[in-house]
Amino acid sequence: MTAQILAAVIFVGMFALIIMDKFERQYVTLGSAALVLVVVFGVCMHSWDAIKNALNLGAIFRAGFWYGASESASSGVNWSTIFFITGMMIMVEGLGKSGFFRWLCLSLAKLAHYHVVPLLLCFMAMSAFLAMFIDSITVVLFLATVTLELAQILRFDPVPMILSEVFCANLGGAATMCGDPPNIIIGTALGFTFTDFIENTGVIVGISFVFVLIFFWLCFRKPLKASETARPADAVCPAPATAIANRKAFVADVIVFLIAVALLVTHAQTGLTVACIGVIVACLTLLVTVFTNGGAAVKEVIRGVDYKTLLFFIGLFISVAGLEQTGVLKLIAQFISTISGGSIKVVILIILLLSAVCSALIDNIPFAATMVPVVQSIAATQGMDLSVLAWALSLGTDLGGNATPIGASANVVATSVSAKSGHPISWGKYCKYCVPATVLVVAVSLGCLFLRYL
Amino acid sequence: MKQIIVTVGREHGSGGKYIAEQIAKQLGIAFYDKELLLDSVFSAEDAARYDEKPVHLLWSRRIGENFNAPEDALAHETFDYIQKLADSGESFVVLGRCSDFLLRSNPNAVHLFIAGKPDQKRQRLMEEKSLTADQAALEMRRVDRDRKAYHNYYCDTKWGDARGYDLVVNSGKLGIEKTVDTLVTYVRAYQAQNE
Repeated sequence: MTAQILAAVIFVGMFALIIMDKFERQYVTLGSAALVLVVVFGVCMHSWDAIKNALNLGAIFRAGFWYGASESASSGVNWSTIFFITGMMIMVEGLGKSGFFRWLCLSLAKLAHYHVVPLLLCFMAMSAFLAMFIDSITVVLFLATVTLELAQILRFDPVPMILSEVFCANLGGAATMCGDPPNIIIGTALGFTFTDFIENTGVIVGISFVFVLIFFWLCFRKPLKASETARPADAVCPAPATAIANRKAFVADVIVFLIAVALLVTHAQTGLTVACIGVIVACLTLLVTVFTNGGAAVKEVIRGVDYKTLLFFIGLFISVAGLEQTGVLKLIAQFISTISGGSIKVVILIILLLSAVCSALIDNIPFAATMVPVVQSIAATQGMDLSVLAWALSLGTDLGGNATPIGASANVVATSVSAKSGHPISWGKYCKYCVPATVLVVAVSLGCLFLRYL
Repeated sequence: MKQIIVTVGREHGSGGKYIAEQIAKQLGIAFYDKELLLDSVFSAEDAARYDEKPVHLLWSRRIGENFNAPEDALAHETFDYIQKLADSGESFVVLGRCSDFLLRSNPNAVHLFIAGKPDQKRQRLMEEKSLTADQAALEMRRVDRDRKAYHNYYCDTKWGDARGYDLVVNSGKLGIEKTVDTLVTYVRAYQAQNE
């Protein structure tokens, strides 16, 4: 009981400190993890096994971590997530330096003949597609930057486009296992493959995307169209080719990206786990960098890895393990099971709506990490299909984060980039469009879940 | 003549802005208040909305160097501008915006804070803005709360705490004009010593 209370207090304290933003968030989760290991597992539980399980270092040395028909389910630190994200960070760093994202944005703009409404639809589609394979922060960062640049040249308000892009990035991220951190956590922790996600959340996201496309088109077509009349006749946009600094590096990095996509799409067939794919992609990127830009550039690519986020994840996983191993998450699962009266419909409704509302207000990564053991427990005790609960959790956490400027990391990055360029996006402006759109996609997802699985 | 920078923090209604303007006038140097925002990437309307406004932590999130609060983006832009002005060698008086803390290690800077007597502050606001006594009291509380939160979020020193300034004066003690004279004398004395 003492251990449970302490684990819960440490976890709530961690959340409060993250919100207060007085210390960098990786220090907060690592400090919380240290308290869990020493105070909860060491002093209260006297359990060396609990510490070993939370650190989960043994998982890295098991063959199933690198190769297997599906991801091996694990608790404690989810090293698969850490390895995969690190690999993707290295790949994205290489891609970014080669000018790929900027080139892609400028090429699409050219393809749309710089007409703003078609550009809006193109950028929404590209944002959703790229976010299926690359983390949404990177997608939004590059898209928003190019959007702001084009907005200045073509004299349109970039805010509607940035809002649409960030929404679609979060939506696209929900479609695949590697698109959004909560999905990586859910997939690796519960043993799902890339194909599992595409066939389930991917289909629902595809349907939602059509609704979102229509919604934002209806919201923004008039002001954007009107801006075209105010455009100066001599407006000249940068040519896509200007984005490429080193053609050899560009081609090589794009090939690595395509290999990464191929490996992810086929990983159920090849048996390579996402951790293994992360390492392969990282090695390929570094090799390509050495051959195209020299050894010094490798240092730059490695320096670009966001170690703070990786440390944040490690601390977070240990803190969640504190709740898991002391039985706090089982209590939450029991509570959800009790109020649902054993009905899977009600459980799905609760998981989807709870995840959506919580993710709109707090970081969806800790929320997903906390909820994974909860849905596992509900499925085990109530005899429900774990995969359906997992899809509800994935859709809720990924889509709910769209509703507010702080709901997902991509939203924070987009609003920050926009503000720094003199286009502040207030809560009111953000929520005016994104809350209805979020309600729309959550309703579509709920309908799809009910129709398809029940 | 050697550069002189005067940073002026103030309570709302204390006459701090007028005092800062008069100091600049008597010293023959530039005065920066809203002028700090003229080159901002923010529109005039947005700049007015977010200038010297505190960040609400519950409604904000930081990811690396990215922070979603527009108040923060404008604050950092203003801080950079103040720092650039100081580095340019120009002499000036600057009002608020954490300038006391930003330029704390600048040997040419004098840091002042103007407080006031509550009754006099309220009266001044009622006259200047045609407010009722209740409205003036409410505005005083709101603006000072915002300025305090803004300052204390970015600075290690506390807003209005004498330890963060060279001189903290109550403008109600001597009256506005005599306070200006006293402060100009103080700044000139420092300037002479610093030559």
